Formats: sequence, structure tokens, C-alpha cells
Amino acid sequence: MGFSDADLQAIWLTLRLASLVTVLLLLIGTPIAWWLARTHSRWKGPVGAVVALPLVLPPTVLGFYLLLAMGPNGPVGQFTQSLGIGLLPFTFWGLVVASVFYSMPFVVQPIQNAIEALGERPLEVAATLRAGPWDRFFSVVLPLAKPGFFTAAILGFAHTVGEFGVVLMIGGNIPGATRVVSVQIYDYVEAMEYGQAHWLAASMVIFSFLVLLALYTLNPNQRKF
Amino acid sequence: MSIDQIQARFHLDYPEFSLDVDLALPGRGVTALFGHSGSGKTSLLRLVAGLMRVPDGSLSVNGEVWQDGRTFLPTHKRPLGYVFQEASLFPHLSARGNLAYGMKRVGHAMDRQALDQAVKLLGIAHLLDRRPHQLSGGERQRVAIARALALHPRLLLMDEPLAALDLKRKQEILPYLERLHDALDIPVLYVSHAPDEVARLADTVVLLEQGRVRAQGSVTELFSRLDLSLAQDQEASAIIEGVVLSHDDDYALTRIEIPGGTLTVQRLQRGLHELVRVRIHARDVSLALEEPGVSSILNILPARILELREIEQAQVLVKLCTGAGEKTPLLARITRHSRDRLRLHEGQSVYAQVKAVALMD
Amino acid sequence: MQTPRILLALLALAVVSASARAETVQVAVAANFTAPMKLIAEAFAKDSGHTANASFGSSGKFYAQIKNGAPFEVLLSADAETPAKLEAEGLTQSGTGFTYAIGTLVLWSADPALIEDGAKVLGRNKFRKLAIANPKTAPYGAAAMAVLKGLAVDQMMMPKLVQGENIAQTYQFVSTGNAELGFVALSQVTKDGKIGEGSAWVVPAGMHDPIRQDAVILKNGEGKAAAAAFMEYLKGDKAKDIIRSFGYQIP
Repeated sequence: MGFSDADLQAIWLTLRLASLVTVLLLLIGTPIAWWLARTHSRWKGPVGAVVALPLVLPPTVLGFYLLLAMGPNGPVGQFTQSLGIGLLPFTFWGLVVASVFYSMPFVVQPIQNAIEALGERPLEVAATLRAGPWDRFFSVVLPLAKPGFFTAAILGFAHTVGEFGVVLMIGGNIPGATRVVSVQIYDYVEAMEYGQAHWLAASMVIFSFLVLLALYTLNPNQRKF
Repeated sequence: MSIDQIQARFHLDYPEFSLDVDLALPGRGVTALFGHSGSGKTSLLRLVAGLMRVPDGSLSVNGEVWQDGRTFLPTHKRPLGYVFQEASLFPHLSARGNLAYGMKRVGHAMDRQALDQAVKLLGIAHLLDRRPHQLSGGERQRVAIARALALHPRLLLMDEPLAALDLKRKQEILPYLERLHDALDIPVLYVSHAPDEVARLADTVVLLEQGRVRAQGSVTELFSRLDLSLAQDQEASAIIEGVVLSHDDDYALTRIEIPGGTLTVQRLQRGLHELVRVRIHARDVSLALEEPGVSSILNILPARILELREIEQAQVLVKLCTGAGEKTPLLARITRHSRDRLRLHEGQSVYAQVKAVALMD
Repeated sequence: MQTPRILLALLALAVVSASARAETVQVAVAANFTAPMKLIAEAFAKDSGHTANASFGSSGKFYAQIKNGAPFEVLLSADAETPAKLEAEGLTQSGTGFTYAIGTLVLWSADPALIEDGAKVLGRNKFRKLAIANPKTAPYGAAAMAVLKGLAVDQMMMPKLVQGENIAQTYQFVSTGNAELGFVALSQVTKDGKIGEGSAWVVPAGMHDPIRQDAVILKNGEGKAAAAAFMEYLKGDKAKDIIRSFGYQIP
């Protein structure tokens, strides 16, 4: 036995999804983390809680509401339709959007923690050395908070790969678009094709282990300045 | 607006802290912002740097407006150098990288001369390739000062640069700061709560108390004002500036000319006519009504009593002046008993016996 | 004296309970049969004194669990294959299997105007997504595929198909409007004996293999009075009426 063509397609799709989601999350999550780490606004609590919701919500709850929101009668669905890009459920981009929500806390929180640990001082120092706001971010925050960004990227990627409940709710199991590895495994188990299920499931276990191993051993966090 | 002045007016009002200052500071030399913690001195420095912002504040530095009703230059656009209390080197860069960080960002690019001068002034040439964690606290602070100087700032701000260092490191770094004082022709605002540092480094002192300016003046003047906390400290002393007059190598002594007299001190490693600053503690000065005939004390100065103030149950602080024009202040700390026995009063002529003179720079 | 009277009362209570011998039967029930099962369990408890404890889930999951020692005594499967497979592997009380319901496939839309003239809506192809259950794992999905093939629109529909992992999820896709229409179970859209909302086409039984849902007593339930009683009750008229009222057929 081995991977079938459908398996390979699912693996490729999953990797594509996770990579894209990770990049998007770093772009979207960083400003959110930045704001959360530094604001004294009374909205800090509510926003932080919303970002953290996927940590505690069952994925099916999130998936269900995404299905409603992105559907033809939901606010997101109305918006995407008015933009002329149609509806998001059952599409690759629908999964991307859902995964961005779902994996958000795994990216925001490590970055937020890293920025909070950094404190105000290095930024003030950089300002007195003529660095403007963007310059300060790239020349001081990024290098000093590197371990946080590294952790965020790995967790965001791994969590997207492992996502199942949300995909199930809004994916529609379309090969090449929404049939990711976790769904493929589920189908094998449901169809009682345990041999095939083992191949993919064991690969997932090994992959996840390697990712976490990388996180714990390569993390520049452990490097002492 | 004056072109050789720093004019600063800030007002801020928090429930637990308020600041209300309107200052005109000299456009050159070292001005110490002196006060206890919570007096607002660091806040004032941060306001000047633009690290803190209050509405309707105003600030101009030697003719340039940094803040007024319409303008607010963000910190990174102000031509200043800032030295923080604790060493604040970027840990991901070497000492050289830290120096280069600011220099790369100032308009007039890599000014080798400014860099070389700063490196030489602070004696850090041999440290440049080290990372911050490989430097001692004092070395880190020297690199931080050089980093600020290499920018060629038009104003140098120092926030208690020695406070985080132990006594030994302080002694190590003070000579560099003194060289700075002599070498720089830009204004320096130096925040401190240590009279010793202020006495050594400052030309002008702004005394802050609870967010208000209590007094402002020359070091000599403020240190000898009996109504200020400086004079009531155990270390209360008069700061006197003079020039080296002559050396006596036989006895290893040096004579210093001060306004209206001379002081004899231990041999100084200074050239003739060099400007020196000395400190005479109030507790080292005793008073006599008549000129003592034969005494082991080297320095006996004729003086006049300007003011007497009881500071404790048993102690009286006496402010005197010596010399023609009464330019040179002296402080004496005597017992109340002695005051009454000698019947000391304002305007009286006495002789001040100075037991010790400490050289400041 | 009080004591003898209390003793007598306790004795009487013991005799009564012994005669009823109330037992509990653990039933694994296909998710699509959730609503009727609740009513049947209620009636069963009232009429027999036994209790039927139902767990709802997919047949594939139950198969995996039963194979690995799950304590179910009766299985109400969503298909005929799973009970047959368990029977072949010796995990059932042999000979107890029977078809308790036949599912009816319906093409349904939440839009009351979409399905006006039966299957022709498929030929017109004026929609974005058609939802079916996963044909590989759900009998309703396999039946839906057979219908599409029979109508010769399967190639045309292929790019529009979205799959629910089970018939419940397929219904969700359609009811939220994310798929305009889909093949679901008649039982899902039946309310008080008729189709409640939207528009529908009830697929004629001859267009696909019957969606037989079989029940069987599992090894754990062998010889248990409550298990046998429940199976008998399921065959009775009261249960049949309930099953029919949800849009299932009885063989």
C-alpha cells in the first residue's frame, strides 16, 4: 500500500492551505498582537477574549457560525456576493478564511507575549537613535521578538494542518479544494478502510511530532544573549 | 525665543502626580535636573525628548521649536542623544552595531570623526566587537553614552546614567563624564538625585520638588543656599571654582586661587592656570572670632557671616562669604552651643578654618 | 408494633420489582434515526418497564467502537452493510437482524420556489451547489449518486457537488442556503407527516437501491431480556407508526 493519488492531493492541499494561512496570520496577527501588547484601551479585554475564543470553542461551533455567516443570508456572504466573488463555503478560500479565525490565537498569543516581554524601553531607545515607527519594528522588535514569531508560525501552521471540525462544517469534501488530510482520514475510518487510514494517520502523528520537536529544540528562545 | 537657550514649559496633571514647569535653561554646559524620586525630573527629561507628550506644552532648543501649539516633533526627528538609567544597549547587536545603529539613521551619514571622538572620549575602542552581555555594567553605560554622542546631537539628555551602577563602577565612569563636560559644546540635561554627581558635573542646577521648580541657579549658588534641601544634607558643602596658582613639590602641595583668596591643597596633577572645582564640606569648617596665630590648619580664610539657620536641636548652619566682592560662599556646620558662646550674628566678621578640601575635577 | 408493618412493606416492594425485572438496554442508533428513536424509547419504557439508553452516531464509528469492545447491546444501523459485516465477524447474536426502516431520499431546497417540477431542476442546472452525503460512507449519498447517474446528469453535476460527511451535515448545508439544494432524508424535512418548509422532490423508490436500515442484537446483548424486548417492540405497530410518521417506509 502507500499513499493514493487522492491522499497525495489531500496532503498537497493541506500544505498549501497551512502555508498560506500561516503567512496571512503573521500579517494579520502581528498588528493585533502589537495592539494587544501595548494598548491601555478598555477594548483590550474584549478583543483579547474574541481572539482567544477558538481556544475554548468546539470547532463545530465555530464552523457552524462560519457556515451561517458566510452563507447567502449571512453578513459575510452578503459582503462577498456584493464584491462579486460569490460565496466562500466549499471553496479553498473559504477554508483559508475559516482557518485564519481558527488558528488566530495560536499566532497572536506568542507574538503578544514576546512583545510584552520586550517592554517599552528598546523602542524608546531606538526612537532616540532616530528610528521611525516602522524602522523600530523591523530593526528592534522583529529581531528581539524572533522566538515569539517563530513559535507563532509553527503553531499556526501545525494547528491548521490538524484542523478538522471547521473544515468538516464548511468544506464540503471537494477533492483538491477542501478535502484536506484530516477529512481524508475521517472518510477512510468511516468507510472502514483502516489500512489507508493508518497510512495517513501515522504520517500525521509523525509530522506533528517533528513539528513540536523542532519547536522545542530549534527555538531561538533558548539561545542566551 | 532665544537662540542660546532651552525654553521648556510643560504642565501635566495626574491624580497622583503633577508637573508644572516653565524653564529657561542655558544653551550650553551641563544643567542638572536635581530632586528626589517623584520630583518629576525624569518626566521632564522624557517630555523634552518627546517620549512623553502633553498638550499645550512648548519647547525650543537653541532657537529650534520642538513643540508648541501646532508642532510636535516625534522623538526620532529630534536631534538629541539620550542616555537611559540602565544600560539599554540592543542585545542583538555588538557594541559596534549599537554605535552604528543611530549613526546610520542620522542625515550626515557615517561621521567617522564623531564616532572616533566618542569612542576615544569614552575609552571603548577595545570593546567594540563585544556583545552587550560580555560587557560590565560600567562598560555598557560607556558604550551607551558613546552611542548617543556619535549622533552629533544638539542636546544630550542623561537620565541618571550612574544610578544603576555600584560605587566602583561609578568611580570608573565619572572621569569619562567629566571629560565629556569639558569636551562638549552642546547643552546637556543631566537628571540626578545624587548631590555628589551634581557637584562634580553640573554648571547649572534646577532643583525640582513635587513637580515644581524650587530653585534654579549656578552650582555654587544653589549648594550654599540654606533654605534648600541641598544645604541641609549631611554632605552639605560649598562648591568653589578656582585656578591652579602654583605647585610646591617639596611639600607636595598646590595653591589654588579662588575669588578673593587662595586655598592650599594636596599636590594636584594639573597644569598651572587650569580651572578646578573644589568642594568644602560644611562639617569641615570651623569658625574663630580672631585670626588663629599658630595652627596646623593650612587654610584660614577671613569671612563674613551672611546667614545663620538652626537645622537640628544641636546644630546650626552658617553661610559665609569670603574674599572681595563676597563672591565665594562657604558653609560651616557648628553647634548651637558654639554659636551662643561666640555670639555669632549676621554681618559679623570671622575666620573660617577649613580642615579639608576635596577636589571635584 | 410498628416494625412488622415496615418489614411487610419492604417485602412487598421487593416482590414487585423482582416481577418487573426492569433492565436497561444500550442501543447504538444511526444519527438519522435520532428523532424517532427518542419517541420509541419513551413508549418502550412506558409499555415494558425497561429502559433503552440510546447513543447516536455514524454507523462507521459504531462499527469501529463495537469491534473494539464498546458495550452496545443493540445496533440500529443506517445501512444494511454494517450489521452484515458485524454478523460475518461473529460480533452479533446471529439471526436477529432485520430491516426496521427504509429511508426515503428527497431532493430538497430551503427555497420554496426552487423545486417546482421534480427532477427537472437538475437538468436546468441553474444553481451553484448541490449537496449530497458522502457516497463512500453514507447510504443516502450512494443513493443520491445512483439517482444522478440514472438521470444522466452526474457528469454535469460533478463540479457542483459538495459532500456532507453524513446526512445531517448535508441537511445543514442546504438549510443554511450554502447549497441551494441537496439530497437529504425525507425524515429530516418531514414535520407532522408532511414536508414542512421549502420545496422538494421525493425521489421514487425505484431510482436507487432501497436504503435499508437494519437492526441487530450484538454479542453483548445476547440473552439479555431487555435487548430482545426492545427488538420485539421495534417490530410492533406502535413503533412502526412512529417510524412511518418520520417519512420512513417499513418493509
